[in-house]
Amino acid sequence: MARRSAPEVNAGSMADIAFLLLIFFLVTTTIETDSGISRKLPPPQEEDIVPPVLKEKNIFVVELNKNNDLLVEEAPMELKDLREAAIKFLDNGGGSGDEACKFCQGDRDPASSDNPTKAVISLRNNRETNYATYIAVQNELVAAYTTLRNREAQRLYGKSFVQMEKDLKDVNYSGSKISLKEDIKTIQFMFPEKLSEAEPKK
Amino acid sequence: MSKFNKKKSGDLPAISTASLPDIVFMLLFFFMVATVMRQNTLMIENKLPVADQIEKLDKKDLVMYIYAGKPSSRYRASAGNQARIQLNDKFAAVEDVKAFILAERAGKREELIPFLTTALKVDGQTNMGLVGDIKKELREVQALKINYTTRTGSAMDNFN
Repeated sequence: MARRSAPEVNAGSMADIAFLLLIFFLVTTTIETDSGISRKLPPPQEEDIVPPVLKEKNIFVVELNKNNDLLVEEAPMELKDLREAAIKFLDNGGGSGDEACKFCQGDRDPASSDNPTKAVISLRNNRETNYATYIAVQNELVAAYTTLRNREAQRLYGKSFVQMEKDLKDVNYSGSKISLKEDIKTIQFMFPEKLSEAEPKK
Repeated sequence: MSKFNKKKSGDLPAISTASLPDIVFMLLFFFMVATVMRQNTLMIENKLPVADQIEKLDKKDLVMYIYAGKPSSRYRASAGNQARIQLNDKFAAVEDVKAFILAERAGKREELIPFLTTALKVDGQTNMGLVGDIKKELREVQALKINYTTRTGSAMDNFN
């Protein structure tokens, strides 16, 4: 007896089943945003600690008022100019003797910061300031540090700081990770991120 | 000579839908790979600000999420329209942040605790006062590594 061929399974409803699954996944899942600006908070302070004395010229005061206006060194400024101004302040290198900065390319203005290791950016915001504005300002200040670090990394090691950090995380990186870590530390030491946040004004 | 008979012009050939399941499966796999299961149901508006100096948070299990923003329209009546904090699936007060962090810590292995990061998912329209209060609480429980979660883009777009 000849074998009967198996009857064909009707696949017409396969699309419906797939759609059902698709809609289930569309509803229950989200495309997660899992990136952002990483910061480190200062540890809680004891009451009786005397704050270290800083020279006025080594502090770059950035203030946000309750109308989201930006005040830099007590003068109003547009957000787009903030990065440039911060770079100029950090890279100034106006110090002499012990505090001289050999790699700075700034104006060496004696009225501005002595050395990137001494320069502090102080960010103060009002309680009414918008979070989005605050993030935009944080972003510009971090960008200023990144720009300078990139420049120095390019000069010393022939690749940008961002690339170095990416290589450190990359499992397929061919070079030595220990020396890479050292190099990153060196750059971070040249331009330490000294971003101080004052208690917001009421 | 029926060989040369023209087909009747009325019946169009049916479009084959045999490849439809394949297309849908393709979409399905894309969504399965590119998305993650929702962890918390958001009860607040959460339109994150934009930034471009961002780092990726890679270890998902080492991240604690704190949401803040205005209650979404469904919860306006009960929760008011001032910005609120959301922890897990509930609205919370500022004082609850500490307990939340300690509870999250208790659930993790001890050697992982120093690597815990707090991701602040805060709506762009929130006042900094609330964010400042959260940060103060975090400092007090020594949860010092934080991440302001943002979308990717130019920082200037925050003002549009």
